Amino acid sequence: MNVMEHLPALIIAIPLLAAFLTPLVDKISKKVRNAVVFIALAATFILTIFLVQDVFENGIMIYVMGASNPTQTIPMQAAVPIRIVLEIDGLSAFMALISVLIALIGLIYSFSHVEERGGKFYTLFLLMLVGMLGMELTGDLFNLFVFLEIASIASAALITYEFKRGSTTEAALKYIVISSIAALFVLFAIGLLYGEYDLLNMAAIAKAIKITGLSNIDMIALILFFAAFAMKAGAAPMHMWMPDAYGEAPGAVSMVLIAVTQASLYALLRVCFTIYADSLHVVIPAAIIIFGLISIFIGVTMALIQDDIKRLIAYAAVAEVGYILLAIGVGLYGVLNNEVELYARKALQGGIFHIFNDILDIGLLFLVAGGIIYITKERNLNKLGGLAHSMKYTSILFLIGLAAVAGLPPMNGFASKIMIYESVYKVSPILSIVAILASIIMLAIFVKIFHSVFTGPKISEQKDVPKLMLASMIILAALIIFFGLFPDIIINNIVNPAVNALIENAAYISNVMG
Amino acid sequence: MLIKTVGGYWDPIVWIVAFIVIAIIAYIIRAFGKREYKGGEQTKPFLSGVEEPSKEKVHVRASNIYWGFIEALKGYYDYMKRMHSGVVNDYVAWFVGVAAIMFVVMFAAVII
Repeated sequence: MNVMEHLPALIIAIPLLAAFLTPLVDKISKKVRNAVVFIALAATFILTIFLVQDVFENGIMIYVMGASNPTQTIPMQAAVPIRIVLEIDGLSAFMALISVLIALIGLIYSFSHVEERGGKFYTLFLLMLVGMLGMELTGDLFNLFVFLEIASIASAALITYEFKRGSTTEAALKYIVISSIAALFVLFAIGLLYGEYDLLNMAAIAKAIKITGLSNIDMIALILFFAAFAMKAGAAPMHMWMPDAYGEAPGAVSMVLIAVTQASLYALLRVCFTIYADSLHVVIPAAIIIFGLISIFIGVTMALIQDDIKRLIAYAAVAEVGYILLAIGVGLYGVLNNEVELYARKALQGGIFHIFNDILDIGLLFLVAGGIIYITKERNLNKLGGLAHSMKYTSILFLIGLAAVAGLPPMNGFASKIMIYESVYKVSPILSIVAILASIIMLAIFVKIFHSVFTGPKISEQKDVPKLMLASMIILAALIIFFGLFPDIIINNIVNPAVNALIENAAYISNVMG
Repeated sequence: MLIKTVGGYWDPIVWIVAFIVIAIIAYIIRAFGKREYKGGEQTKPFLSGVEEPSKEKVHVRASNIYWGFIEALKGYYDYMKRMHSGVVNDYVAWFVGVAAIMFVVMFAAVII
């Protein structure tokens, strides 16, 4: 068997098998369980690197599930794709890489404190990753729905895992209710498109829409997709579930939940840029820009008044999603108006780069917050203080995360934000002004946390976080600094292929449809 | 290291070099100051002759930071707190409401 040929299937299958193996191995030994989970995730990460390398070198990769020839998308007796097709272009590869990377870091963090009922935790953790990866690699709409559900159910269960408080259970319940309604929207939209075209494959539907033009049914499906994925991505004013879910979940889960949110953002990109593409009305990019602005504004202003450390970071995460939406909206607007080279390409580069930076920066802050709660058993900023006396490394790592999220040079957050500021300025200077002002408020917000938690007189004697927690935070901080100093490496090698995949959607269609 | 933006470019290494140069200049200027100024009564905060309270008493707590800003935007924050009610029904209502507005705007835009 040629492993390289089956990479897309293996990347989903390995964590899926490990997920169901974990509770069994857990009965034998905790150490063996941890080893199995780590090996499975490390193997998935290595295979994902091979996949990404292959896609960036040789172009789109196709894998047809269950077919004797995994590249034969259309069976001999059929005219359209029937089987589930995994289709990996630059964007899918980019998303898969950051999802697995962040899950691996989250896993290392979790090893330090997840012992009790760990079998269940790691099963759900791996299933959450499977859901994300499935969403990002599939080329089939119904398959996307299935993986969306897997990710949502696993996430909801993980939110309640660590803290046994009423508000934690409530947050998970809210998450599953709102996710289920979004999933129903998606299912209904898929049903509409299937009823119209007898197709589930994204490339085939994109081709059909291109040929027949945008019908009323297509428009209804588009709005259902748009609302559902925008809500799942955390776009304001549909973001209210995010502070609840992120705020109550364990630190590592909050970080990986960002990647789950970004997977929904990926689905939104896929719908807009690949399935509907040129048929889109300019209202859609305008709506994405408006959602972006509202998210930025509500995110930063609501973060300012929070006293719960994790809820505060969660609102900052809403604002960060706003920056991504703003850039993507401007990019889509430019693509539809044939102004790709003028500003759209740079806006999309900034937006896609910011997806990566958002996960790293907010992820690091969530890990630090998780560490603080783990050590002090306290999450109220009014009751914390002086921790820099005893948690020196953690406070330095928080400072790095703070600088990155606020977009201070030379951090990675600055590199992506300056690309966003300058490109959105071409559409309207007001967009840039709002984005820059919000960034200043963001700095003020994190100064508030740093002042409240780390400075001031020592309240009680505390030790620093466990070594594995610290190690995972250091990995994130190192990535933040590295990609801040060398942003060209990630832009040239990972971001640009993803942006090209968005702009040149014809290749995605022709690889399946011929 | 260098990335091109719409209006120019961003090079973090150039920024770091500039930062170091400025920091050195600032340090040199600072070194011109009188050494004997450091320490003593003159460096303590002057509170109209009142003795400085202990650090524990003057540490500003999180909810008091930016009090003026929050007070100035009281109307906005009152509305936002009502909006973020924490009730799942409200979350669903916002979601469905936004979808409904999208339907109206999208179809109206296409018809126009």
